[in-house]
Amino acid sequence: MIVAIASGKGGTGKTTVAASLTRVWERPLVAVDLDVEAPNLHLFLRPEIEESGPAWIETPVVDESKCTHCLACSALCQFKAISVMGSVVLAFSEMCHGCGGCIAICPEKAISAGKRELGEISRGYAGNTEFLMGCLRIGEAMSPPLMRQVKSRMKNIIEASGRDAIIDAPPGVSCPAVNAVMDSDVIVLVTEPTPFGLHDFKLAWEAFSPFGKPMGVVINRAGVGDREVYSFCAEKGIPVLAEAPYERAAAEGYARGRVIADLSPEFRNIFVSLHSKIFELAAGTLHKEAAHA
Amino acid sequence: MSKIAITSEGPELDDLVDPRFGRAAGFVIVDLEDMSSSYIDNGQTQVLAQGAGIQAAQLVAGAKVDCVLSGFVGPKAFQALSAVKIKVVQNLDEGMTVRQAVDKFKAGVLQYAEGPNRGAGR
Amino acid sequence: MREIVVVSGKGGTGKTSLTGAFAHLAENSVVCDLDVDAPDLHLLLRPQTVHTEEFFSGYVAQIDSGLCTGCGLCASMCKYEAVRVAQDTFSVDPLRCEGCKVCVAFCPEGAILFPQKHCGEWYISSTRFGPLVHANLFPGEANSGRLVMVLKQQARQLAKARGKELILADGTPGIGCPVISSLSGADLAVAVTEPTPSGRHDLERVADLCGHFQIRLAVIINKFDLNPEEADRIEAFCRSKGHAAIARLPHDPVVTKAMVEGLVVTELPEGDFSKEVRQTWRKIEELSVRGKK
Ligand code: SF4
Ligand code: SF4
Repeated sequence: MIVAIASGKGGTGKTTVAASLTRVWERPLVAVDLDVEAPNLHLFLRPEIEESGPAWIETPVVDESKCTHCLACSALCQFKAISVMGSVVLAFSEMCHGCGGCIAICPEKAISAGKRELGEISRGYAGNTEFLMGCLRIGEAMSPPLMRQVKSRMKNIIEASGRDAIIDAPPGVSCPAVNAVMDSDVIVLVTEPTPFGLHDFKLAWEAFSPFGKPMGVVINRAGVGDREVYSFCAEKGIPVLAEAPYERAAAEGYARGRVIADLSPEFRNIFVSLHSKIFELAAGTLHKEAAHA
Repeated sequence: MSKIAITSEGPELDDLVDPRFGRAAGFVIVDLEDMSSSYIDNGQTQVLAQGAGIQAAQLVAGAKVDCVLSGFVGPKAFQALSAVKIKVVQNLDEGMTVRQAVDKFKAGVLQYAEGPNRGAGR
Repeated sequence: MREIVVVSGKGGTGKTSLTGAFAHLAENSVVCDLDVDAPDLHLLLRPQTVHTEEFFSGYVAQIDSGLCTGCGLCASMCKYEAVRVAQDTFSVDPLRCEGCKVCVAFCPEGAILFPQKHCGEWYISSTRFGPLVHANLFPGEANSGRLVMVLKQQARQLAKARGKELILADGTPGIGCPVISSLSGADLAVAVTEPTPSGRHDLERVADLCGHFQIRLAVIINKFDLNPEEADRIEAFCRSKGHAAIARLPHDPVVTKAMVEGLVVTELPEGDFSKEVRQTWRKIEELSVRGKK
């Protein structure tokens, strides 16, 4: 089973929930940080990294001696990454999306594949939990290509070991976030009961609903703000899987890089119960009453 | 040298210089022999997500100019212009008209740039 | 004209709440919400929209099933696994399509259409603090960097037309394409961070990005009292890199209180927190004037 932990906005405690769930997960697990622009899960899980290496995207290299300046490549490229200026072809690697079109279309076979670094992929263990993360290179503008590579590594791990996966997804509802949740089996949305929280939660719920996957919500910092999030969930029939109360101890523990589930038996129990509700949600056996924690 | 391009906010010699290159409103092309001018609109380029500098470089290269006068020229545009041996004068003062820029150029007080003066964007 | 962009490596640091307060304090400015993936500023500014425009960006491939002979060439060439086959019918998953046009160019039957993508809307509105330029990107859309550029251009035009001398922008979290676009052309970046492991980690990434683009950076440490030692470390980091650490703000429930009322914190009866926000804004103003060459 693949569980994506997502949220319509950052800072709702998505990583906290992912890290805490990792602690109470019973079956073998791989924890995956797909929030490649701001990967943080490792700061809480503190894994031992076993291997780490650069990830690449294929970008064109032109052999000037073969080029006849026919313009075919620059006419095809939708990203202005290859351009013919008079009698010179210029390839701008950092703008290339790696579609391979110019290489395929060049009638003179003048273009071959070079590469650009997207960032780094690391793999290791935090206790028994396997750990995988992508970290985007500074100045790199595109996160989906790196995410695709991390996801394919994740699939290999799942196939080889039969592990479940918890994905720490990027926040928001744009392309990277959608990319991260679309291959999961269950989506857990983390929100907080404030106007910003509700607004972003609604966007996320609308964005992810079309996938038709079981979806539930964790309300973090319960007790701050207002009750609007609860009314919205009741109205739409979205199960509230867990509520983590706002406590200064939790905020301070988080600030010190602690996993909330480790702070006290009470906190741990919240995530133990979340863990079982996720399985019920996935199996379709979650009771409405039970759902409203 | 006969033709130069000046990034401009409008089509006339008395319009203001647009400090941007890739996202300039347009280019006034001036023939230095007889001071006749024409205009290339850059509106299509302005809306590009990326590659505005490159697209703009292609536009002025198409006009067969020898030199570009502008405020800021980014690295990719600079590279593209150099590839076709178009010289670049950048750091034009804000608030100058195209005509004033051309006069300065003719007077020989402007220097050719050795490299781009803008990180990215604009 | 000056441009100040408020950013944060991760979300939830209080960036938007502070930007809202700055919008209140700034005189003669155009406010711009560049956080197009999860715009929240309008919840505080409650804008009246005066102008709406559709936003199109990029293209998406569409297979005409009447012309498709099922040769499968497109599926084999697509680097994004966007071409799907179900019951011998080929179709393109728009969420995976990168808009690279390779399939369109190579389809031997010319069966693939390539329409422009309708990705969202943008607005010019009026608020009690002056004009606001903002947008709504449809869920799952990628091209937010481009939309950010459009918003910036509109804000610049509006500022020029109305004789405003300041553009204050709520930037995008993260370090990818939209953030790069929000920073481009800024005179000063203001990073709102918090003293948590993720806070510092992400701040370092944002700082690198500003360094990369040679933009001055001022840093606000929000909720500093959650971990004062970490706040010290963040300040030390700023000193070592030459960034101005301009404020330490405490964790104060008054921020959420204002949000629930749809106000910014400086509109509530004056308290310690809003005093400090006012002081912070004065420092930002000073730096932005100095930042201008
Ligand atoms: S691989 Fe695709 S995106 Fe890259 S330069 Fe070639 S055509 Fe453009
Ligand atoms: S398609 Fe090949 S031959 Fe034609 S311009 Fe591009 S590199 Fe040169």
